[in-house]
Amino acid sequence: MSTREAPSSIPTQSLATPDNPIYRRRVWVNRFNLAVSIAAMAFGMVFLLWILFTLASKGLAAFGPALFTQMTPPPGSDGGLANAIFGSVMIVGAAIFIATPIGIMAGIYLAEIGRESAIAKVTRFVNDILLSAPSIVIGLFVYALIVARFKQYSGWAGAVALAIIAVPVVVRTTETMLLLVPNSMREAAIALGAPQWRVVTMVTLRAVKGGVITGVLLALARVSGETAPLLFTSLNNQFWSTDMSAPMANLPVVIFQFAMSPYEEWQRLAWAGALLITLVVLALNILARTVFRQKNK
Amino acid sequence: MSFQVSLGDAAKEAPKTNAVTKIAIKNLNFFYGSFQGLRNISMEIPERQVTAYIGPSGCGKSTLLRTLNRMYSLYPGQRAEGEIIFNGANVLDPKQDLNALRGQIGMVFQKPTPFPMSIYDNIAFGVKLYEKLSKSDMDDRVEWALKKAALWGEVKDKLSQSGLSLSGGQQQRLCIARGIAVKPEVLLLDEPTSALDPISTARIEELISELRDDYTIVIVTHNMQQAARVSQHTAYMYLGELIEFTPTAEIFVKPKDKRTEDYITGRFG
Amino acid sequence: MTGLSTTHEATSPTTIAAKKSASASSFAFQDALFHRSTQFFALLVLATLAGIIASLFIGSWLTLTQSGPRFFVTDVWDPVRNLYGGMAPLWGTLITATIALVIGVPVSFGIAIFLTEMCPPVLKRPLGTAVELLAAIPSIIYGMWGLFILSPILAELQPSISATLGKLPIIGTIFQGPPMGIGVFTAGLILSIMVIPFIASVMRDVFETTPPILKESAYGLGATTWEVMWNVVLPYTKAGVIGGIMLGLGRALGETMAVTFVIGNAYNISLQLFDAGNSIASSLANEFNEASDPNHLSALITLGLMLFFLSFLVLALSRWMLTSLSKKEGSRT
Repeated sequence: MSTREAPSSIPTQSLATPDNPIYRRRVWVNRFNLAVSIAAMAFGMVFLLWILFTLASKGLAAFGPALFTQMTPPPGSDGGLANAIFGSVMIVGAAIFIATPIGIMAGIYLAEIGRESAIAKVTRFVNDILLSAPSIVIGLFVYALIVARFKQYSGWAGAVALAIIAVPVVVRTTETMLLLVPNSMREAAIALGAPQWRVVTMVTLRAVKGGVITGVLLALARVSGETAPLLFTSLNNQFWSTDMSAPMANLPVVIFQFAMSPYEEWQRLAWAGALLITLVVLALNILARTVFRQKNK
Repeated sequence: MSFQVSLGDAAKEAPKTNAVTKIAIKNLNFFYGSFQGLRNISMEIPERQVTAYIGPSGCGKSTLLRTLNRMYSLYPGQRAEGEIIFNGANVLDPKQDLNALRGQIGMVFQKPTPFPMSIYDNIAFGVKLYEKLSKSDMDDRVEWALKKAALWGEVKDKLSQSGLSLSGGQQQRLCIARGIAVKPEVLLLDEPTSALDPISTARIEELISELRDDYTIVIVTHNMQQAARVSQHTAYMYLGELIEFTPTAEIFVKPKDKRTEDYITGRFG
Repeated sequence: MTGLSTTHEATSPTTIAAKKSASASSFAFQDALFHRSTQFFALLVLATLAGIIASLFIGSWLTLTQSGPRFFVTDVWDPVRNLYGGMAPLWGTLITATIALVIGVPVSFGIAIFLTEMCPPVLKRPLGTAVELLAAIPSIIYGMWGLFILSPILAELQPSISATLGKLPIIGTIFQGPPMGIGVFTAGLILSIMVIPFIASVMRDVFETTPPILKESAYGLGATTWEVMWNVVLPYTKAGVIGGIMLGLGRALGETMAVTFVIGNAYNISLQLFDAGNSIASSLANEFNEASDPNHLSALITLGLMLFFLSFLVLALSRWMLTSLSKKEGSRT
């Protein structure tokens, strides 16, 4: 019945048989590539487990109460990381304290107010640039902005540098989360006659509280391990110091200096600090995930 | 009886009683984890005819279709027991070569699924899986398949454009062309017109009637009219069971089972 | 201002409607305030970027005016004679990032295939989460591990690599150099290990967005898992995959700590990858605090400017690729 003439190259029956040579080749290509994928997974996992194993074994060897009670020692003697731990907590805490309101407000602007306006579009792009900017360049900027001006390395300078790294993370997650809120929820609140700032603070922001907190926690995790921007800003301090306007010890820079040094005691402390910082960062990440999952149930 | 179903030419045509069985399903049970999706299904699907599966949502008609080419094997936790004999071998055999099986049994889905490549490559992709053709042979094949799927006239000048650029109905015909280009023996159609407008649906139905000269076709449809128009055999399924499997002309005019009758009259009543 | 004037009009009548309109107009004022204040913080983000760019330009002014374009094509870096050229660290940055991608992208692709198509369901989530958590490990850890663990091993291996792969025609050179264990190759390798979790988890995420029905229709033709991934899933998700690779590239270019430990701190342009080198970030980390001469400082800040420009370029490039991809799709629709 078909008037369409089949060209001579059309097979009269299915060629999809297990012994078709083209098919055999494909099966082998598939097996080979999947084997390579498994090898890639193994390669990645081996290195990463190796790193974690090294970190755990070398770090635990130097772990002890002295780590939290004693100051960073002079070369060649034992000590702890108490001042560095305290300094890190201060600097990172101040950074998040600065970054959170800025990030959330700017995120609200992008998602709820500016939306498709020119300012919002430019801000979004600029935020992406900041998000991908090398952290060491942020360090240079804060050096010029604060350290060079006050002729003094300081904990505040470190905090500002870390805040500049944290802000774009908070902006991005806040905006993304707010955009997940269905418009019907906004409309329902607006239909009651509520002003927009109440709609945002009482309804939409509350609806995505978990996501916003997740963003802050992720930003916290991100800056806790940052080393490069602190090198030129808060520098280091061998002694206990609570003065944020003076050079301040902090874990990442201490780890860097101690690890690069030829002294064995210092290197041991560097590993202990590295383990500590990794545990904190991983714990923050896991916490962020848990918060996100619970609040978004 | 009060209900009326307009039978298509396909159904009016007396089913070939001596038709060869293409696929024989014996005592098939299917499980999604611990939930049993199919219960003890047995049926023989005749060669070069159209067999339709109808029934309410969740009755297992799509599940049954997806056992025929073992599509369910992609998902851990889904398993089938029983036998599906196709070309002398049990499809459910764990040693069954799945790629070759799926090359012999083509499938078209609820929604059009053009691959993210050109119209030409959408067709050539499947062909290259089993054959090494010269450029001109491949051109012939693509043209042949697109003509078979009644799409050639509409796309012959834009073969290098993305398959995604076509309309929904055209995309679905492209998927049918892609399916038949590899020359399968069986075509499984899983509600192929559920996402299409009436005009596109009519074209696909026409196409199905033409393709039955060359292929054994099994179609799942939620639309009884469609089953009546295109199929020679209809299976009514309910809650994972095969209630009735008879020539289409009989099932719509004189259903044997009360449940089938309720379903058909309920719909058309 | 408009909010205030309407308030005045509305205060005299005391009907409910008037009260409502009074509160509505004070709402309008509150909202205007709300808009302004959030906008202020958005503008603060813009100002930060402007500040960064301005301060980098001011800081590098001395070098830019004195050396001009010569800075970017000179490979001498000699603080003693006060001669500075940025080519060596630029080269080091580009070559380490290239090594990182050459190793990291295929491995990440393999990991993503494993996680989406081959992984037993029980392990899918734990392994996926593990990969994501590994992306969070601070980069200084990678650097320390590279210095203390990886480089001694590489120092052992390098002579035999040079003796075998190093003998290959043309590409042999890149497997040559002093077998110190530290150098450009080690830095690139560490970077690749560092970017793998980033790229792999992005690829995994975007692969998961492929509609199952699309994969099923490829499997339905008899395609193998590899063919489905390579011919259907990868083209379908190419925008996201490019985004992931660019994210990894951005990380690799700007990474400081993972590189500084192992690159060897030598201003050096060599095709021999076992040679010591320097990247922009490692030069800054090593020298910035010790630089006192204005020329030296300015030269370092010029390097920072280059690095910032590079990372901007990567971002812009990925944006451009994404829009041109979607345009291509668009014109066909």
